[in-house]
Amino acid sequence: MPDTTSIEKATGTAPVKVGAPLPAPAKGRSLWADAWHDLRRNPLFVISAALILFLVVLALFPSLFTDVNPRDGDPANHYLGRPELTHWFRPDWFGYDGQGRSIWARVVHGTRASILVGFGVTLLVTLVGGLTGLLAGYFGGWLDSVLSRITDIFFGVPFLLGALVVLNAVTDRTPVVVMGALAFLGWTQMARVMRGSVLTTKQADYVTAARALGAGTWRIMLRHILPNAVAPVLVVATIALGSYISAEATLSYLGVGLQDPTVSWGIDISTASNQVRNAPHVLFFPAGMLSLCVLAFMMMGDAVRDALDPKLR
Amino acid sequence: MTTVPLLEVRDLQVEFHTRDGVAKAVNGVSYTVEAGQTLAVLGESGSGKSVTAQAVMGILDMPPGRITGGQILYRGQDLLTMSEEQRRKIRGDRIAMIFQDALSSLNPVLSVGYQLAEMFRVHRGMSRRQARARAIELMDRVRIPGARERVNDYPHQFSGGMRQRIMIAMALALEPDLIIADEPTTALDVTVQAQVMDLLAELQREYRMGLILITHDLGVVADVADTIAVMYAGRIVERADVHQLYRRPAHPYTKGLLDSVPRLDHKGGELYAIKGLPPSLTSLPGGCAFSPRCAAATDLCRSQTPAVVPVAPGRVAACHHWKETLDAPAA
Amino acid sequence: MGRYVARRLLQMIPVFIGTTFLVFCMIYVLPGDPVRSLWGDKVPDPAQLAAIRAQLGLDQPLWQQYLDYMGGLLTGDLGTTTVGRPVADEMGRAFPVTIRLAVIAFLFSSVAGITLGVLGGMRRGKYVDTGILIFTMLVISMPVFVLGYVMRHVFATELGWVTPTVQNSEEIGQLLLPGVVLGMLSLAYVARLTRTTVAENLRADFMRTARAKGLPRRRIVRVHLLRNSMIPVVTFLGTDLGALMGGAIVTEGIFNVHGVGRLVYDALVRRESAVVVGTVTVLVLIYLAANLLVDLLYAVLDPRIRYA
Repeated sequence: MPDTTSIEKATGTAPVKVGAPLPAPAKGRSLWADAWHDLRRNPLFVISAALILFLVVLALFPSLFTDVNPRDGDPANHYLGRPELTHWFRPDWFGYDGQGRSIWARVVHGTRASILVGFGVTLLVTLVGGLTGLLAGYFGGWLDSVLSRITDIFFGVPFLLGALVVLNAVTDRTPVVVMGALAFLGWTQMARVMRGSVLTTKQADYVTAARALGAGTWRIMLRHILPNAVAPVLVVATIALGSYISAEATLSYLGVGLQDPTVSWGIDISTASNQVRNAPHVLFFPAGMLSLCVLAFMMMGDAVRDALDPKLR
Repeated sequence: MTTVPLLEVRDLQVEFHTRDGVAKAVNGVSYTVEAGQTLAVLGESGSGKSVTAQAVMGILDMPPGRITGGQILYRGQDLLTMSEEQRRKIRGDRIAMIFQDALSSLNPVLSVGYQLAEMFRVHRGMSRRQARARAIELMDRVRIPGARERVNDYPHQFSGGMRQRIMIAMALALEPDLIIADEPTTALDVTVQAQVMDLLAELQREYRMGLILITHDLGVVADVADTIAVMYAGRIVERADVHQLYRRPAHPYTKGLLDSVPRLDHKGGELYAIKGLPPSLTSLPGGCAFSPRCAAATDLCRSQTPAVVPVAPGRVAACHHWKETLDAPAA
Repeated sequence: MGRYVARRLLQMIPVFIGTTFLVFCMIYVLPGDPVRSLWGDKVPDPAQLAAIRAQLGLDQPLWQQYLDYMGGLLTGDLGTTTVGRPVADEMGRAFPVTIRLAVIAFLFSSVAGITLGVLGGMRRGKYVDTGILIFTMLVISMPVFVLGYVMRHVFATELGWVTPTVQNSEEIGQLLLPGVVLGMLSLAYVARLTRTTVAENLRADFMRTARAKGLPRRRIVRVHLLRNSMIPVVTFLGTDLGALMGGAIVTEGIFNVHGVGRLVYDALVRRESAVVVGTVTVLVLIYLAANLLVDLLYAVLDPRIRYA
């Protein structure tokens, strides 16, 4: 360095910022690795993950938990039989319903419908809505205008009323039909989230950099934007999964959802609502399972959001 | 010393409880500011310069922050033992603060006139009308063109330099004794930086206020400061009169900072840079915190924390080898 | 401002047409013949069937039917039911009931939700906050019909504070419990949203400035914190008003309220398509109007939004 000590000369030029960035985090972790690190320590996540795992096992292998047929009733002996809360996993654990069917067996077998509809609708909605949002957000212009208006139009239909209208017209309402109806009306939410997320990501410097380096349209969209825009979609999807399960049960309750012979919590709650005064347990167990199931996905969504959104730490 | 200094910070200690442990953000900082004087606090991000200022203002977030020791004397009275109500009356009125980013530091949904007038209404009990008139005066005072027309505008409608003038006006509103300016020009364009800094210095002279200027910009310091305190890892490593410090630094870190300023008379030469990164405040190295980055570090430096010792009248440094540094010929 | 409103109104038109046409299609394209169902299990006379179809305009192509319908709507004619009663009359009876119900739900969810949210947001991580989070989570997880039965059981059957079903929908007291049930879900969302924005704004730089200005705590909270935190909450509440009316169907069923939800439900069972279309069309209009209101409110509350 020069030997002159004149301050004026030293400072006559552009001042230098001596501030280095804050001490870097001990380990350089990506957003996802960081989120995973946080998630494992979040009791909310651990509890909800255990619950969801349990529900999925219940849905896949109901026979592991009960060997009673949920459709077989014996009204003569078991009409509205009270629960025997000490008889773990036995048919009379949760008591019997108005047709003498084991509530425990019905609760176990009803899991499949809810989980199937929940995951199915979420998958459909994420595919349709995600693709719409990605295309609209990425390409912008007239495509964005058209897709956004279509999204607006579908968004304007009241969700529950719309599903009611669609399903009311169908006589054979299998889980696939119910899934289709819910997805038909529900994809707009995901499209909006994805579009917003893509618009934000598109502004990022690394996308500009990739473009400057000559990366192709599809490469930028699939390699640079999609992975970084997907976080909010994941959060919304997890929470929405719970609400689709709730919606299916509501529609079944209203009599336009799933039908016999499908075993569904919503149908059971609907039947039970007439007997709630003299046999509250008939309502309590399916309603409790349904709420627990929805709660598990809501909690999971919350935990994932907390982990992926460092803003509120 | 018969007169009581305007502000005296004595052995201040501040800790933060973070997810990675306890961070010792401020570790025994002492300094004094007299009326009409400017103290520049120089240091990298995370050196504790802003935390010290926030402790003086009483706006430290507690938790996670915690003041674990020391005194902050305003005209001889310890602010840390005052009631919150007493402190509140001093805040903004006697001691005011200017923040770095005026856009985020001003409330986006309230007009600048409202935010300026608020000072008069809360501290002076003025009516809306009176306070508004004073707000316009203030905006004139910091030379915002068309103050009367712009008093109802919102922060986002002003340019960066104008917004920072509004921040200055707000701090100046009640003619405080002391202003703490935390990186007041860092967020501004280079051309605007000088204007804002000049305005601040001019107003300081006019009102004979004490000024604590927090910065990591050596250029700003040289022009306006009387005294400089250099902070590193929560401690003051050197405090001296500005001319003395620039001429003969007594701490290797100060020397490193000065050497890293590009100079016209040394065009084409390689720029000096202090190697390494500042230490993590949750796990400070033993001994002198600067030793891992110091070229002149010895075993003594690595084992023993150097005390802050007087090296000349009104001048202190925290280095075992301050004599060698002071006497070394400029590089 | 006037131009902004005009532009937003113009933008709403294609969405209104699109949404109502979509609803129209959903109702008329899907299987199920309303005229045929008038005969129940009996075999209808084909000539009579065709005559009624022609009379109702059901023999026209769908777009023609839609245009006729919209034309009627502009003159206030919503058509007649299959037994000849004006749809407008039926809706005129049902809507005031649901509006009353929705207003109760709206007031309940906004007042209680914002209060809980502010409490939680300002004491983030404390017991109050955790309690509020758990409460809202439970409310969100519990489907409305479960919640409705639970609350009816507790407040009507066990405590006897209210009648289990609504006898007279003119009486606000009887609508209180259904209103609360209807507003519960919104309450949970409002509380969570408020909590988040309050907690976020608490950390904002301008809050630090407000403290540095030496403002009293009450003023900091009321003027600087709440004013800023309410912007997203108000917009949520606005869009929610429309959703409350459309979502009343389950609540109305549980408490035997003869409102819009009940009207649509019965109409669907009886295949009274004109009633369904009319009701949903009006709901879409309410939803769009609420959205416009929210947009305007947003611009008033947040000066950073320009009337562009």
